[in-house]
Amino acid sequence: MQVLDDLWIRIAVWFRGLLESFLPPWAVQLTMDVLGILLLIVLGIVVVLAFTYMERKVIARVGDRIGPNRAGPFGIFQAIADAIKMLTKEDVTPTNADRWLFLAAPIVVIIPAVLLYAVLPLGRGMVGVDLNIAVVFVVAMGGIPILTMLMAGWASNNKYALLGAFRTVAQLISYEVPMVVALLTVVLLAGTMSTVGIVEAQASFPFALVTPVAFVVYMLAGLAELNRTPFDLLEADSEIVAGYFIEYSGMKFAMFFLAEYINLFMVAGMITTLFLAGWQWPILPSWLWFLIKVVLVIFLMMWIRATFPRFRIDQMLGFAWKALVPLSLINLFLVALVAKVLEPGWVRTGVLFVSNLALLAGAIAIMAQVARKREERARAAGEAAIKRYYGSEVR
Amino acid sequence: MLKTETITINMGPQHPSTHGVFRMVLTLNGETIVDLKPMFGYLHRGLEKTSESRTYLQAVPFTDRLDYICSMSNNFAYAVAVEKLAGIEVPLRAEYIRVIMAELTRLVNHMLAVGFLFNDLGAWYTPVVYAFRERERILDLFEMASGSRMMCNYIRPGGVAADLPAEFLPQLRKMIPHLENFVREIRFYLSDNEIFKARAVGVGFLPADMAVAYSITGPVLRASGVKYDVRKAEPYSIYDQFDFDVPTQVAGDVYARYLQRLDEMDESLKILRQAVERIPEGEYATKVPSRLRPPKGEAYARIEAPKGELGFYLVSDGSPNPYRWRNRPPSLINLSALREMCLGHKVADVVTILGSIDITLADVDR
Repeated sequence: MQVLDDLWIRIAVWFRGLLESFLPPWAVQLTMDVLGILLLIVLGIVVVLAFTYMERKVIARVGDRIGPNRAGPFGIFQAIADAIKMLTKEDVTPTNADRWLFLAAPIVVIIPAVLLYAVLPLGRGMVGVDLNIAVVFVVAMGGIPILTMLMAGWASNNKYALLGAFRTVAQLISYEVPMVVALLTVVLLAGTMSTVGIVEAQASFPFALVTPVAFVVYMLAGLAELNRTPFDLLEADSEIVAGYFIEYSGMKFAMFFLAEYINLFMVAGMITTLFLAGWQWPILPSWLWFLIKVVLVIFLMMWIRATFPRFRIDQMLGFAWKALVPLSLINLFLVALVAKVLEPGWVRTGVLFVSNLALLAGAIAIMAQVARKREERARAAGEAAIKRYYGSEVR
Repeated sequence: MLKTETITINMGPQHPSTHGVFRMVLTLNGETIVDLKPMFGYLHRGLEKTSESRTYLQAVPFTDRLDYICSMSNNFAYAVAVEKLAGIEVPLRAEYIRVIMAELTRLVNHMLAVGFLFNDLGAWYTPVVYAFRERERILDLFEMASGSRMMCNYIRPGGVAADLPAEFLPQLRKMIPHLENFVREIRFYLSDNEIFKARAVGVGFLPADMAVAYSITGPVLRASGVKYDVRKAEPYSIYDQFDFDVPTQVAGDVYARYLQRLDEMDESLKILRQAVERIPEGEYATKVPSRLRPPKGEAYARIEAPKGELGFYLVSDGSPNPYRWRNRPPSLINLSALREMCLGHKVADVVTILGSIDITLADVDR
């Protein structure tokens, strides 16, 4: 078991030993660093291939279809076929596009996505760099795609793209707030900003159990940051066709596509790290646990995508500012209070868990009340019109 | 105050959610709709004029192509109009077959309307795929009877094109409970979806008086609370012999239209149950000469098509070709209130409202 757990680390140590036998120390360090970076980038691309296939299959199965089944057994080469198609497609730049911005956007979008992988603990002792401000790094890097989407939307000289870019800015900036507050809650509980430290702090209880509110808020904000249903207004194909990347084709489109799935893995990885105890939990090797949890989170996101319609822009913003932000702030306050008063252990976890559930229930009750009011208003308007038409009473 | 500019967006004719080649010129203030100008005619094929140079029977296949989702209803309306013009009697068995086909068509249409409404709302194809699955089963029945799945060309002046095959009725009997279950399933899974309700309740409100003023018909009218159904208001064929209700809603918004369609599906299944039990043996058509020469005169016949009141106005000058062949398409007239329903809402709502009106562009443009 121990061998399997350390498998990748052992390979790295063995390889370093191999290099040390004929290279000077600085060259060994350089080679190992470059290899590490390359591995993380390759991981990104493998992730894209695997999860596009998975997404298609999952959505197809939810919709009672078979999904890709032509390219190779069970269609497993579908993603590769797609990649070849994108590489060979004509690369179109619109006539009146802002040329440099238009060309730069797809390159800029992919860089922060890959950079984020550096702080993701993929297993015990398997992390690119153990930054002591990893959480801040994640937030900062997560802010860059907003800029690129605005670049793409503005440079395309297309009104749908512009609308998509407007929505992007509104949505992503709004959802960063509850996301950061949920992150703060975790940092408060763990007492560290390092991702490795956060995972280690969850040795006894995963934070999803300690503070379910932060977990739910982070999950929803993550969905919004990823532009996934029900927050996929940025690329709402039934409204603004494709949003900010409507004018992109071929490889440039593929870049946006890559970034989307790389970010999907990243957000699922962060949820796993922050709330589901990362690579911890017994029996299976740590890196396998991490992978299993990430796939489960991604499956949940795909399931949501296959099931739910999307929000409207005002509802999306309202949900962020009127529901998620107050909820996460109250939760932060609550967690800070309880963490100050009680010692870590079963009692504190129990108190936090119950109070969090109560908080969630309260929030849902308030939202249900608002929805009921809306329904009553709609009904009253209809009744008034019917009365107007029939002269007196309804039928 | 900020100084803001409105932008004009051309939604369509090539747009994934306009249900065909429909174009809307939207003037937006941010995301809010200030003005909407519908433009159509991209699919105009001149069916009315073409039909005037054909004989009465040759025009039946053209009616298939009016609203291609409900070809049976179109055939039905046209057949009723020709029969009224020429004074043709229809055998009872043929009337039953017609009612069965018309109600099955209503089911198909409402399934698609509900499914595509969710597509427009961004529910990634799942509801529409389920709707399509059930639709295929009904199309199997159509194929069994008429040989074609969509362009049925089955209900003709004088009766129907051919008698029902022996296995048709047993299969239909088996399918009715299945379809009832399907409607229940839709209600269970979709009706209480929070996001759907947030998107649909109060959106695209059409007041009852305005609906009547625009001569809106069909589910859209009834969802606004006006109890009007041609099957009850002016019974044609044998609809007066069936026991069914005309459901109505109160709110007149997208959500009410959705519920209205589900209710109507239930009523259609009720009619189907009765028709399957009572259908008599006998002739399936009266002999109608292929070069039918109706006496001089005019006739307007209307039926309750799935999308609303579908009428045909025919003028005969005594020759084998109609002098005037006019069609009242429900899609076009229901579409006329689109602007009123959309003003003040957001871009995303336009798509939803259009989906809830349920148009077929082939029916709008003819």
